[in-house]
Amino acid sequence: MSSPCRASLLILAACGLTLAACDREEHHSRSKPVGETVPAGESPDTIFPGGSEAPPLDARAKLYDNNANAISAGQTLYTQMNCVGCHAHGGGGMGPPLMDDEWRYGGRIDQIAATIAEGRPNGMPSWRGKLTEDQIWDLAAYVRSLSGLPSKDAVSSRTEGMSGPTPQTLTPKPKPTNSDAAQQ
Amino acid sequence: MRLARRVTIIIPLLLGACSYQHYQSDFGNAAVEDSQFLTLFTIFLVVCGVMYLLVIGFLFLGIGRSGRAVEANVVETGRHHQSHPLMRTTLIGWTALIGIGLAALAIASFFADRSMAKAAANPKLSIKLTANQWWWDVQYNSDDPSKTMRTSNELHLPVGIPARITLVSNDVIHSFWVPSLAGKEDLIPGRQNDITLVPKRIGVFRGPCAEFCGVQHAHMALVVVVESYPDFIKWWDHQLQPAPQPTTPLALAGYKYVTTAQCSACHNIGGTPASGTVGPDLTHLASRKSLAAGTMPMSEGNLYGWVEDAQSLKPGVKMPTLAMDPDQLHAVVAYLETLK
Repeated sequence: MSSPCRASLLILAACGLTLAACDREEHHSRSKPVGETVPAGESPDTIFPGGSEAPPLDARAKLYDNNANAISAGQTLYTQMNCVGCHAHGGGGMGPPLMDDEWRYGGRIDQIAATIAEGRPNGMPSWRGKLTEDQIWDLAAYVRSLSGLPSKDAVSSRTEGMSGPTPQTLTPKPKPTNSDAAQQ
Repeated sequence: MRLARRVTIIIPLLLGACSYQHYQSDFGNAAVEDSQFLTLFTIFLVVCGVMYLLVIGFLFLGIGRSGRAVEANVVETGRHHQSHPLMRTTLIGWTALIGIGLAALAIASFFADRSMAKAAANPKLSIKLTANQWWWDVQYNSDDPSKTMRTSNELHLPVGIPARITLVSNDVIHSFWVPSLAGKEDLIPGRQNDITLVPKRIGVFRGPCAEFCGVQHAHMALVVVVESYPDFIKWWDHQLQPAPQPTTPLALAGYKYVTTAQCSACHNIGGTPASGTVGPDLTHLASRKSLAAGTMPMSEGNLYGWVEDAQSLKPGVKMPTLAMDPDQLHAVVAYLETLK
């Protein structure tokens, strides 16, 4: 290998190593204790039906949106706080689905946080004061990920909790036995 | 100078071997399991040590003899080299020694295994230990459902009674390890492992999580209290009681906050509307020896710090920083302190 070639390879490798030192994102385990409130949600003001104009994006959105740690913390809370009970794992049930592209009260992270904090008519309870604001933002970050809105490098590659049963290719082959019904 | 340096190196090593009342020590010898392991360990150490010294001894003997050996093997005489009669005896003896050593190890581990299986076959107490990031959920089972009791981060065992501990995990792999009582046993999500312990000495022991399980792995310890059977039953009966009613106005204010605000979303307090299952049970929080899974001793000051800003004491813990008003904080701590 000629020496210019070797030198350029070395430079390339050095660049790669330097880039690897970059932080993907910042993670603050300790949220700001004072002055952090969920978007002003004194009620219908945050709901914008019929395409009326939404207020500018909340400044804190960038701390949580596309943040792998927030999404993953929200994923844990989603199961622990029993969001699954009504929304299932995003597919909906008693509550509306969260994995489609339809957002009754807005799909921006601050709007979702407001929905969780305030509650919404027909069943969605208010979580203000039940969860901390940090947790509500984490949940909102995760809810956005259910419909694939955050970038793929921020979302978790595995589901919370145990995965399903053994794949069918691996299930043992039981010896067939005749049940009572078959004998009759 | 050199001697002084050696001494400074050796002293910390020796001090490291000390342990305050065997709080957390492999040589604690506080349960039947641990003494069996210790016996087994001693047998292995002696057998392997003797063999090692013999091999090294023969090696040095060989090195020392090598000069003469070459002379003796000179083929000039035309005779074949004949092995020394002593050599033959030594080889037979050596083989026999290896055989005896291996047999001793096999027999010792067989008996240790059998006696542990014997203890495990007849448990008198059934406990379910669930590991979470980063705390322990402890459930005492009983044939009488009204005696089934849940607590956290503190395991009480009666001395001399075989206790079967079922080990499960809620999130990632953890490992149950109380060095003074027994060896390690992993807690694996989706699996159920068992360990049976027969404590034989009254005392308080520490069990750190022994499998890296996330940022606060180092602050995930289980306090194990081995006590006499009457004390144990007394403790169990006390833990079955619901939380006492708050009497002072301050504690009452704390009760209202704890049962209506964020605390109750995760924590359970028996006899109150707080019935979360995500975090540790707080019914008799103030009766425990430590706070936040062995992170700090239970005290009023630590409670204040923990309730107000858990993230600064145990960064990454699932307990969020609550940012309460001072009035709320005073009230909540006053209430938590009544949970004896």
